[in-house]
Amino acid sequence: MPRSELRTKTRKQKLSPEELSDTFLSHVYALPDGRKLDLCIQCGTCSGSCPTAYAMDYSPREIFAALRAGMLDRVLFSNTAWMCTSCYICTVRCPQQIKITDIMYELKRLGIKYGYTSPSTRSAAMARIFINITNRLGRNNESELMMRFYMAGRWGDAIKNAWRGAKMFFKGRLPMPISGREVAGLSEMRKIREVLERLEEQKAAEEVKH
Amino acid sequence: MEMLYYPGCSVQYTAKMYDTSAKAVCKKLDMELKELPDWNCCGATTYMSVHELVSHGNSARNLALARREGADEMVTVCPACYITLYKTNEYFQTNPEFADMIRQGLKAAGLDYDGGLRIRHLVDVIVNTVGLDEVEKRIKKPLEGLKVACYHGCMLTRPFGGFDSEERPVILDRIIRSLGAEVVEYPLTAKCCGGMVTNTESSKTIPVVAGLLRAAKEAGADCIAVACPLCHMNLDFYQPEVNRYLGGDYSIPIVYFTQLMGLAMGLSQRELEIGLELVPSDKVLGKYA
Repeated sequence: MPRSELRTKTRKQKLSPEELSDTFLSHVYALPDGRKLDLCIQCGTCSGSCPTAYAMDYSPREIFAALRAGMLDRVLFSNTAWMCTSCYICTVRCPQQIKITDIMYELKRLGIKYGYTSPSTRSAAMARIFINITNRLGRNNESELMMRFYMAGRWGDAIKNAWRGAKMFFKGRLPMPISGREVAGLSEMRKIREVLERLEEQKAAEEVKH
Repeated sequence: MEMLYYPGCSVQYTAKMYDTSAKAVCKKLDMELKELPDWNCCGATTYMSVHELVSHGNSARNLALARREGADEMVTVCPACYITLYKTNEYFQTNPEFADMIRQGLKAAGLDYDGGLRIRHLVDVIVNTVGLDEVEKRIKKPLEGLKVACYHGCMLTRPFGGFDSEERPVILDRIIRSLGAEVVEYPLTAKCCGGMVTNTESSKTIPVVAGLLRAAKEAGADCIAVACPLCHMNLDFYQPEVNRYLGGDYSIPIVYFTQLMGLAMGLSQRELEIGLELVPSDKVLGKYA
């Protein structure tokens, strides 16, 4: 696997911080209950509840503050969204019922789409590999996922985990890293993907107009 | 009783003992888990990080297939699959605009979904449909003297609640107690294990895993019972790192709640695939086999 999977991909579309904030808002507003984002009162319940806030460059509360200050590009370059484990404790506790976890996902998506991802995070690379595998096979192959992830520049982890990985393999808990398609309806998945990718773009474009 | 079953990618390999033990236990409870034909990956937490609607679309294909099988309910054992399918279903049922877009996608693939499915997790089915009295009737070897920390993790009840509290779920405690085992007080029961981030950035999330293991150990638990393949992976696989981080021996076997249920119902370790975990459970579970 090419190392480029780890590198931040710079696309043609580079957005200014203002454009980025607008794009982000239009995408978030298009999510179910997305408009609630405007109701944030900066209480910090999200940051106080987050199990990985200690490892984030900016805490979840700071993200909403940064957004209002027009500094979304700095947020995207930080590791914050990628340290979100999607445990939903912030979403459950938010007194304004903001779906914070869904917003974290939106930050990840924007970062990947426009090439803003923290140089320190490896989770973006993992996400790209995961999608490549599930699109190709219909299901995830955990051996291929981890191997490609290690090969994209995480040899240290590969060596550290090799013995335990081998044990799992011999216990039958890891598949062969190369497998054919596992879902007969792969073409169905492809058709669904094509339509929804288009709708995703349309929906966000309409929000911008509003 | 027969129930449509969505296995999920993890239980095919890394968590195969969860699949095996769940099927064995359900069989004892006169329930057959019928696999959804040609299911695809739900997208987990990862697909959503790149595409929102497409991720829901992948998830929705499974819902459509389930309806085509004529099912009203589908059960899954993996909380990540559960919450991903549940979320798509929930948004589909409550947001007409969202439902319309998903249906356009499904239509292109010659499928359709009417929103009529109910997604359930096995713990909910065991407690609220089968009933713990039915479980108790089938106990052959009560797990007397076994101290268990029940770890619910995040996605069993978050963000939608459903069958238990989002903050302090007790449903696993109730199951394990019905087996005759002692459930220790475990305040971190619904705190996150780091999820997928522990696999990608383990150096940053080891403190989270360490906190969970230490709390269980200090509560006097012999083992931790889990209901999630990723919780199992994170708590089991990273114990050497945790011991190094904490500077002590915090090793503790991690088992699926279905494996404990099976043991109490008189199934053998082999039938439940006990022994496939990395931190061996022989010392604490051997006497019940």
